[in-house]
Amino acid sequence: MMDRRLVENFDWWIIWTLLGILTIGLLSLYSALYPQIQENPTQNLFIKQVVWISLGFVVLFCTLLIDYDRLKTLSLWIYLIALLMLVAVLVVGKEVNGSKRWLDFGGFQLQPSEFMKGVIVIQLASYFSSQDTSPFPSFNKLIMPAVLTVIPIVLILAEPDLGTAICLVTISATLIFFMGIRWRYILIVALGCLPLIWPIWHHVLKPYQKTRILILLRPDLDPLGAGYHIRQSKIAIGSGMTWGKGFLKGTQNKLHFLPEKHTDFIFSVWAEEWGFVGCFVLLVLFALLVLLALRVARRSKDRFGSLLVVGMTALIMWQVLINIGMVIGLLPVVGIPLPFVSYGGSSLITLCFAIGIIENVSMRRYVFQSR
Amino acid sequence: MKSLKMNKLMFLSNSDDRRDNEGENLHLVNWEATETAIFQKQYLLLMAVMLLVLLVYLLRVWHLQVLQGAKYRYQSENNRIRLEDIPAPRGIIFDRNGTPLVENRPAYHLLLVREDVTDMNQTIREVARLCGKNPEDFLNVLEANKNVPKFVPVRLLADIDRDCLAKIEAQRIRLPGVMVQLEPKREYKWNGTAAHLIGYLSEITENELNSEAYQGYYAGEDVGKFGIEKTFEKYLHGKRGGRQVEVDAVGRRMRLLDEALPIPGRNLWLTLDVELQKTAEACLQDKVGAIVALDPRNGAILALASKPSFDQEQFIRGLTSEEWRKLSRDPDHPLLNRGFGAAYPPGSTYKPLVALAALQEGTMKPDSSIYCPGFFYFVNRKYRCWRDRGHGAMNMHNAIVQSCDTYFYQTGMRLGVDKIAQYAQWFGLGAKTGIGLPGEHPGLIPTSWWKKQAIGVPWQKGETLSIAIGQGFDLVTPLQMALAYAAIANGGKLWQPYVVRRIEGSNLEEVDEIKSNLKNKIPIEPRYFETVQKGLLGVVEESRGTAHAIKDASVLIAGKTGTAQVVRLADGVNRKLAAKNAKEEELDHAWFVGYAPADDPQIVVSALIEHGGHGSSVAAPLVQQVILAYLGKKVEKTEP
Repeated sequence: MMDRRLVENFDWWIIWTLLGILTIGLLSLYSALYPQIQENPTQNLFIKQVVWISLGFVVLFCTLLIDYDRLKTLSLWIYLIALLMLVAVLVVGKEVNGSKRWLDFGGFQLQPSEFMKGVIVIQLASYFSSQDTSPFPSFNKLIMPAVLTVIPIVLILAEPDLGTAICLVTISATLIFFMGIRWRYILIVALGCLPLIWPIWHHVLKPYQKTRILILLRPDLDPLGAGYHIRQSKIAIGSGMTWGKGFLKGTQNKLHFLPEKHTDFIFSVWAEEWGFVGCFVLLVLFALLVLLALRVARRSKDRFGSLLVVGMTALIMWQVLINIGMVIGLLPVVGIPLPFVSYGGSSLITLCFAIGIIENVSMRRYVFQSR
Repeated sequence: MKSLKMNKLMFLSNSDDRRDNEGENLHLVNWEATETAIFQKQYLLLMAVMLLVLLVYLLRVWHLQVLQGAKYRYQSENNRIRLEDIPAPRGIIFDRNGTPLVENRPAYHLLLVREDVTDMNQTIREVARLCGKNPEDFLNVLEANKNVPKFVPVRLLADIDRDCLAKIEAQRIRLPGVMVQLEPKREYKWNGTAAHLIGYLSEITENELNSEAYQGYYAGEDVGKFGIEKTFEKYLHGKRGGRQVEVDAVGRRMRLLDEALPIPGRNLWLTLDVELQKTAEACLQDKVGAIVALDPRNGAILALASKPSFDQEQFIRGLTSEEWRKLSRDPDHPLLNRGFGAAYPPGSTYKPLVALAALQEGTMKPDSSIYCPGFFYFVNRKYRCWRDRGHGAMNMHNAIVQSCDTYFYQTGMRLGVDKIAQYAQWFGLGAKTGIGLPGEHPGLIPTSWWKKQAIGVPWQKGETLSIAIGQGFDLVTPLQMALAYAAIANGGKLWQPYVVRRIEGSNLEEVDEIKSNLKNKIPIEPRYFETVQKGLLGVVEESRGTAHAIKDASVLIAGKTGTAQVVRLADGVNRKLAAKNAKEEELDHAWFVGYAPADDPQIVVSALIEHGGHGSSVAAPLVQQVILAYLGKKVEKTEP
C-alpha cells in the first residue's frame, strides 16, 4: 500500500523525540494525579490519557496515508467544518467554570478550539501556496489570512478561552512572518492596532484576564489568585534543586496547591521531582523536536509542504514557550497546556495530527510525476 | 508564477546526489531555488528565536533550582505558605433616619488544620473538653471532610461563645493545628421586624456557586436569599480579601507575605421608617395580613408589614431540617410577603377606579342618580347590595361614601369589563409594580380576551357586575392598591415603588442615590379626580360613610373600605347570620386603603386582613393608627 520510498523518508528521529517527551509527560501526569488516584481509583485520568495517546498515534498514522497535497483542495471545507464546530460549542457546548469550551459526545468531550489550531495552519498554508502569491506578499494579500484568523479567534474569545486565542495568533503570525513580511507592514499593523488597545482593555478582557496581565508587572496585585499560584509554582520548581526529589516524592504537588497541576502547571510537577537535570532534558527534547521539524520544512519539495510544516511546528513551539514561560513566572498566567505533557485529549489529538503532517511532508519530499 | 521545476529522474537512491539522476518518464518535483533561498533565512530566524528563548528559560530554571534551590527546598519542607481568608463585612442596612436595621457582629469559628495536628485523638478530646462538646461530633465533621486536602482548615465549631473562645486561646500553644477564625456575621437588630422586606441570608448552594451570577463566591459563604438581602446582594456582599502567610510546622504564623484587604459591602439606606414599621406590625398583632404605607409624592415605601413574620436569625444560625419543615408547613405561611407576594380580590376598594373610568368615559355624570332597592336584577338573577334595605337614590359621591353595590353594578354594566380593565391597568393593577424584590405577585385584572384564553369560555355579562365591585376574578396586592390610591390622591401619578434610596460605599464618594420613577401619568381629567377624592373623604368624614368610626379631629383622612368575599352568599341567606356561623377560612378579607392629610396627601396606607371580616371595623382602624403615628410624629419632630 505504501511506497517503499515513502517509508524510507519517514523521519524516525522525530518519533523517538516524541516518545521521549510523551514518557516524561506520563511520568509527570502519574505523579500529579497520584494523590487523586489513591483516593479514588475509578476516576483515573491517567488511564484516560494513555487511551488518548494511543488514539493520537492512530490519528498520526492515518495522517500519513493521504498525500498532503490533497489538503490544498480540501482546506476550505475543513476550515468551514471547524468553524461550524466552534459555533456549535457556543450554542450547545458544555459549560465548566463559566466558560463553554467542550462538545459532549456521550461522555467523550472534545474541544473544537484545539482542532482549530491545526486547521488554521492548513488553511493559511494552502492560501499562501496558491499560484499568484509570492514571498513577501503585498498588503492586499495579507488581508485574507487576517480575516481567516480573526473569525475563529472571535468565536474562541466568546467561549471565553484566551489561551487558545493567543495560540492562533502566534500560529498565524509565524506563517505570515515566514512568507516574508516587509517592516513597513508590521509598522502599519502596529499603528493600526494601537487605538484598539484601549477598547479591548476596557471592554473585551474579563477582569481576571486583566489582573493576570497586570500581575506580571506587579505580582502583588493578586496575592490570593495568580500571585499565589506563581509563588507556589516557583517553590515547587526551585525545591527540585539539581537532581530533583525523586519520582512521586514531590510535596508541593501533593498539597493540591494548584487547581490545574495536571494541565497547565504540569511542568512544575516534573521540575520538582526531577530537578534541573530533568528540566534540561525536557527542554532539549522540545528544542530537538522543533529543529527536526524545521529540517523537514527545509527539505520539503514545495512551498505548501514547507508552510504546512512550519505552521505545525509553530503550533507546538509557541505552546511550549508560552506554557513554560508562564510556569516559571516569566509570562502571564494564561490557560495554555504544555504539548504532549499536559492532560487533555483534544490537544493530544491535534498535536499528533501535527506530527503526522510533518512526517507526511517528510515522506513525500521526493515525489515523482510522470510527464 | 511558476514555482515547480521538473528534473528528469530514472532511478532512486538514498544518496544526496539523486537530483542529478536522469530518467525517462518520472520527474522529481523540486522547489525553485530562488524561493528556497528566501525561506532559508526565515528557518534560521525561527530556530534562533526558539533557541534563545529556551536558553533564557534554562537560565531561569537554573536560577530557581540551583542558585536558589536551597531556599525553595526549605520553604517546601519546613515552612508552608498558606492562604487565609479575610471575610468582607456585609453592607449595613439603615432606615430612612439612619437607624441601623441590620448590622454585623463578630463571630468566632473554631478551625482545625489536620496536617498540623500531632495527636488527633488528644487534640479532639481536649477541644471537646474545653468547649463542653461531645468529641463524637468533631469526629463526624472530620469524617465528612475526609476528602478535603489536609492543609485546608476544617470548621469544627461555628460561632463559639466568648467563654469557649477564651479557653481555647489560652490553650492554643498546646493544641497545634487549632485555629480561631473571625468572621462578621449578620445581626438583625429587630429580628422579625420588616423581615419580609429585608429578607435573610443563608449558605450559598452548590448550584449558585456554579452559576455566572455568583462568580468569585466561595463555598460556605452566606448569600441573600430573600428580600433586599437578595436583590441587593451584589452591593451588600463586598469582596473578600485574604493573606498569604508563612506558617511553621505547627501552623503558627511566621510571616505575612502578602495581603489583599477585603472590600466591605456597600451600605443601603432605605425609605423605610423603622418606628412606623414597628407601629404597623404592632397594629396587625397576631392577625394574618399586611399593611403597606408609602409616600404618594414619590412612591417611597415607608412601611411594609406582613404577618405572621419569621425569625431571620434562624437562617443565620442555620435551620435544622425540623425547623425548616415547621416553617414551610405552617398553614399561615410566615415566609409569604403578603404586602406584594399574595393577591386578593380588592372588594369595594376597587369602586373608586370604576368611578373614575365611568366619569372619564362619560358613561356616568357625577350627579346622575341611580336608585338602590338593595338588589339589582340581571338576567333573572338577583345581585345583592351589601345593605339589604337598599340605599335609595344614589349619586356618585354618595355611592362611594356608602359603598353602594347597586350603583356600581350599573356603572360597571355601562362600562363593560374591558374598559374597567383598561383603567385598572392604568392604575398599575394586574402587573408587577417593579419594586424589584423577589416573590412579587402580579395580581390579575380580567378582560374578556383573558377569559377566553385562560379558561376557554366567553365572558358572561353577569361577571362584569362582580368585577365592578372588586369581586370575581379580580386579584390585587396591598402594595398595588396603595400605589393606585396614591395615584388617586396625587391626581394621576403612578409611581414605581422603591425601598432603597441610597447605596453608599465605604469611601464617601461612592454614593448612588436612587431617584423615584414615574411610571405613568394617568390621562383622567383633574375634576374627576376631585369628585372621587371628595367621595373618599366622605367615607371617613360623613356620618353615613362606611369608615366614619375612624374620623380623627387632628387630620383629614380619606379612604375606602373593602370587604372581599371569600365564599359566595347563597340567595336569601341572611348576611349577619352567615357571618356569625362562618368558619374562619370562610370569613371575608377586610380591606382599607386611605391617605392623609386629604388636602395635602403625604402618606397612603393600605391594610388587608385575611379573613378579618369587615373592612370598616377591622382594617380601617389600623390604617388610622398608622397614619396618625406617621403624621403625629412629624408634628412632634418639627415642634421642638
